[in-house]
Amino acid sequence: MGPLVVYEIISENVNLFLAFIIGIGFGFVLESNGFSSSRRLAGMFYGYDTTVLKVFFTAAIVGSVGLLFLGLFKWIDLSSIYINPTYLWSTLGGGVVMGAGFIMGGYCPGTSFCAASIGKLDALAFIGGMFIGILIFTEGYPLWEGFYNAKFMGSPVISEMLGASRGFLTLLVILVALGMFWVGEWAEKKFARDDYKLNQK
Amino acid sequence: MEQKKYMNPYLGGALLGLVLVAAFWVSGRGLGASGAAKSVVVTGVKTIAPAHVEKTAFYQDYLKTHTNPMKDWLVFQMMGVIVGGFLSGAIAGRLKFTVERSPKITNKTRLIFAVLGGIFFGFGSQLGRGCTSGSALTGMAVLSLSGFLSMAAIFGTAFALAYFARKLWI
Repeated sequence: MGPLVVYEIISENVNLFLAFIIGIGFGFVLESNGFSSSRRLAGMFYGYDTTVLKVFFTAAIVGSVGLLFLGLFKWIDLSSIYINPTYLWSTLGGGVVMGAGFIMGGYCPGTSFCAASIGKLDALAFIGGMFIGILIFTEGYPLWEGFYNAKFMGSPVISEMLGASRGFLTLLVILVALGMFWVGEWAEKKFARDDYKLNQK
Repeated sequence: MEQKKYMNPYLGGALLGLVLVAAFWVSGRGLGASGAAKSVVVTGVKTIAPAHVEKTAFYQDYLKTHTNPMKDWLVFQMMGVIVGGFLSGAIAGRLKFTVERSPKITNKTRLIFAVLGGIFFGFGSQLGRGCTSGSALTGMAVLSLSGFLSMAAIFGTAFALAYFARKLWI
């Protein structure tokens, strides 16, 4: 029965050790797929390399189907997993600021650590900037505290909002993902570049 | 040494999904990255300016729930990411100090925009309560509203601004 730590099957220190092991898997998969390359990540926004889209949506399929089945088999108690809360304005506002950061910097936080681990100096610069950005947030917190906490909606789950079952929503996610894969494959042909090679299996 | 080819993206996505499910099974939370960076920043401020932390409400609130910010799930997970990334890079022959950029710009331009992008992403990840890993990917896997909103906002904005930033990449 999981989550292991919630049911006190493992101790806090074992939990942290497993976090390290899971992190190794996370970093290994990211790097093996070229998420350590900013031009590959940014390629998504120009269509010449849509790896991010394909990996992201395949992971969303496997992740949501995996959770669904673990829940059905009673291997994980879905009522005790963490659901991200929705604060409408800061969720959207934060996303917009992050999107601007993505197109300028070419990385997101996880991929920047991954890229720095193989020697990408632009990733190191990004990480430096990220620390500055977080410091600006924590130091100036009273300035955006109101916006940060505005429009709190609890932790709504889309399936419950629509009155649909978890399985049906997961099916919708799969269908959207399949559509995205089609778009990705199409874009890579249409926007292919002479100065950029996909270099993947 | 010739670089090995990257993994097939659909295989990679499936593996990433399994890592995500493993994280949920162990800890009840998914993956994340910006939370670890926040732990580092708060610890840094606490070490350099303890008096300032004492009298700032934000840090006091944060430290109430995170007694030792470095002994944190996401911090250990991100240390793993660095090790895992390094291992994959070593096996594939991709370990190299380099600045990756479009042939049309200089290293200096690339680094300036990398820092700027980092500042925006760091700030945005705090405002949005999580980044691409913790908010968008993990949030979508649990079918949360905020996961879908944050995914749409991040990628929508990047697409909308892509035209203006095209010189950086193509």
